[in-house]
Amino acid sequence: MTRQMTGAKMVVQALRDQGVDTIFGYPGGAVLPIYDEVFQQNAIRHILVRHEQGAVHAAEGYARSTGKPGVVLVTSGPGATNAVTGLTDALMDSIPIVVLTGQVPTFMIGTDAFQEADTVGITRPCTKHNWLVKDTEKLSGVIHEAFHVATKGRPGPVLVDIPKDVQFATGAYTPPAKTKVSRYQPQLKGDMETIIELVEAIENAEKPLFYTGGGVINSGPAASQLLRELVEATGFPITSTLMGLGAYPASGDKWLGMLGMHGLYEANLSMHGCDLMINVGARFDDRITGRLDAFSPQSRKAHIDIDPSSINKVIRVDMPIVGDIAHVLEDVLKVWKARGRKVNRDGIAKWWKQIEDWRKVDCLKYKPSPKTIKPQHALTRLEALTKKYDRYICTEVGQHQMWAAQYLGFEDPNRWMTSGGLGTMGYGFPASIGVQMGHPDALVINVAGEASWLMNMQEMGTAVQYNLPVKQFILNNERLGMVRQWQELLHGERYSHSWSAALPDFVKLAEAFGAKGILCKDPADLDEAIMEMIEHPGPVIFDCLVEKHENCFPMIPSGEPHNKMLLSDAKTKDAIGTKGAVMV
Amino acid sequence: MSPLQIKKGSNKHSAYNLRPTFSDVQETHTLAVLVDNEAGVLARVIGLFSGRGYNIDSLTVAEVDHAGHLSRITIVTTGTPQVIEQIKAQLGRIIPVHEVHDLTVEGSSVERELALIKVASKGEQRVEALRLADIFRAHVVDSTLESFVFQITGTPEKVDAFADLMRPLGLVEVARTGVAALSRGA
Repeated sequence: MTRQMTGAKMVVQALRDQGVDTIFGYPGGAVLPIYDEVFQQNAIRHILVRHEQGAVHAAEGYARSTGKPGVVLVTSGPGATNAVTGLTDALMDSIPIVVLTGQVPTFMIGTDAFQEADTVGITRPCTKHNWLVKDTEKLSGVIHEAFHVATKGRPGPVLVDIPKDVQFATGAYTPPAKTKVSRYQPQLKGDMETIIELVEAIENAEKPLFYTGGGVINSGPAASQLLRELVEATGFPITSTLMGLGAYPASGDKWLGMLGMHGLYEANLSMHGCDLMINVGARFDDRITGRLDAFSPQSRKAHIDIDPSSINKVIRVDMPIVGDIAHVLEDVLKVWKARGRKVNRDGIAKWWKQIEDWRKVDCLKYKPSPKTIKPQHALTRLEALTKKYDRYICTEVGQHQMWAAQYLGFEDPNRWMTSGGLGTMGYGFPASIGVQMGHPDALVINVAGEASWLMNMQEMGTAVQYNLPVKQFILNNERLGMVRQWQELLHGERYSHSWSAALPDFVKLAEAFGAKGILCKDPADLDEAIMEMIEHPGPVIFDCLVEKHENCFPMIPSGEPHNKMLLSDAKTKDAIGTKGAVMV
Repeated sequence: MSPLQIKKGSNKHSAYNLRPTFSDVQETHTLAVLVDNEAGVLARVIGLFSGRGYNIDSLTVAEVDHAGHLSRITIVTTGTPQVIEQIKAQLGRIIPVHEVHDLTVEGSSVERELALIKVASKGEQRVEALRLADIFRAHVVDSTLESFVFQITGTPEKVDAFADLMRPLGLVEVARTGVAALSRGA
């Protein structure tokens, strides 16, 4: 049955019919009719953020931790432009987000009206798709299509721009079931011939390796389950990108740890030395490959990805399989089992022996200090003390993010929220708010650097208003740590603007917002302070003063292949002369 | 050599010096892209090319199915084989794009372009321009005592050749439609 209603009411009805229970937003002139409808119902909870960027990151955190699309409601003009960073972040990391923006009335579009911006024009390159709806009759259909596009295929952010007169006008509402079937239907099943070729390669490989990414998590819980089954059954080692952590459990004995620029020695050398690389839902990002002409030179490469444009983009692969990870892995397992579950046992045993030798290097060891808290130590303790909780981790961007990826272990998918592709400082705090909304009883920790955290610190108001007990675990080195590290390594130790001379007192800051602040600077107090943070029922800012000049290792210098990695004992001072440092 | 194993003065440590080892032979391809004729669809296609640094040698667009609201965009582009493959895959990702055809590899195709060419001259030059127009099967669509406007259709190369010949004969202005293309056969 189609029903007549205003455009504003349609928006709320469509969200309800799409199963939305939480939206993140900020009101303004051009969305007032929709906010009026939000006010008059209780099925959808609206979280008032303090900045529209925070709304989108919160929706990302919600989406990544629940597997459901995140929904954002903001106004026209500045409301929409403030959402752009979040949209780009979601596009790079393939996160399903639906952003609804108000727009000036249709008859004022193009007149430089108050708070007018060409929202669909601005967001065209940073959304998977966007719509400007000029007719109330089409509004419900477009919103349903928006959810379809955001969640199907390679997920991504979409935006629906709704002029204010369209919100006021009346039209027929079409429920999702009555909406015409979308033409957008990405291919789910992989090509069987190539799958058989991959199975043959699996049967014969002497030095195989799974290289997995965020696509496994995006595909859903079944994909992680099938991946685990395939890894256990074949006995192949597995590594993952930053985005894919948790798809295979960190405690699993086939787990090599994260790979890439700050990945583990054994993971990177396995990538370099393998003879069969099975890329499952990763995209050969430059932080992973390093120098392309020396990337894994001896391997045959299979690439499973739902997005055809990911295939052969930067690395030529031998076995491209376009399809949904869960569908393809299911077929791979089926074919491999039907052919007698064969693998090259002798070869793989030798390969594991080699990997064990690399593991012995113990690339994550660091020099502990009795006086100052080493960031690695802080994370090791955080891991030990929070492991047993129902735990979700967010991060900001920088050294702390890489250390978190190295020193924290993830047993399940959807437990790790970090800005990978875009590298958005300020992502983690609002994301943690979104995660907590999706998981009210869980322990949600944002591992942060003080500089990143300050970029969206206004969301402290949101956390306090909704009493979201998010734990802001700030590794405070009073520096832009990763920038400082690069300046040390590549720019002759000229620390240009990579430190802050006016940091707030984080404990007082927390108290000013009505939250709890904890300061910790002595390694001896660390465990007790972390427990205090965990046990506090509300939001906490944990100001952990750490060693100021610690560098993040291991590290593949940019433009180098995997086997040229630097370990923590590398002497980095004067690593590059003044002349060399002028080049980036 | 430093502990980073990078020679002083080398640019090897650039984060962006990561060129892949694909063939770098430049090829020109003609792509036919069938899209929903909706607001912004051309901007999506053009934005893809500018945003990802691809070339557009020529682009034409018009609605070809009024009932189905479908437009056909014909794009001539130049790039390495890997870039051409990427362009096709990226075009395929755009939601209102129905089909992407690479006419250059999908069998042979017919490519035509229309141009209007204004030539102003007198005396022998004017006669010569008319004579060449006849050879090229260009039509006179406007004429004054001092000028002609020729209409010529053909491959882009033929249009180029005709325009080049008109240059010493008083060429004033050229307007070209860009390439329209269809595959040969049924």
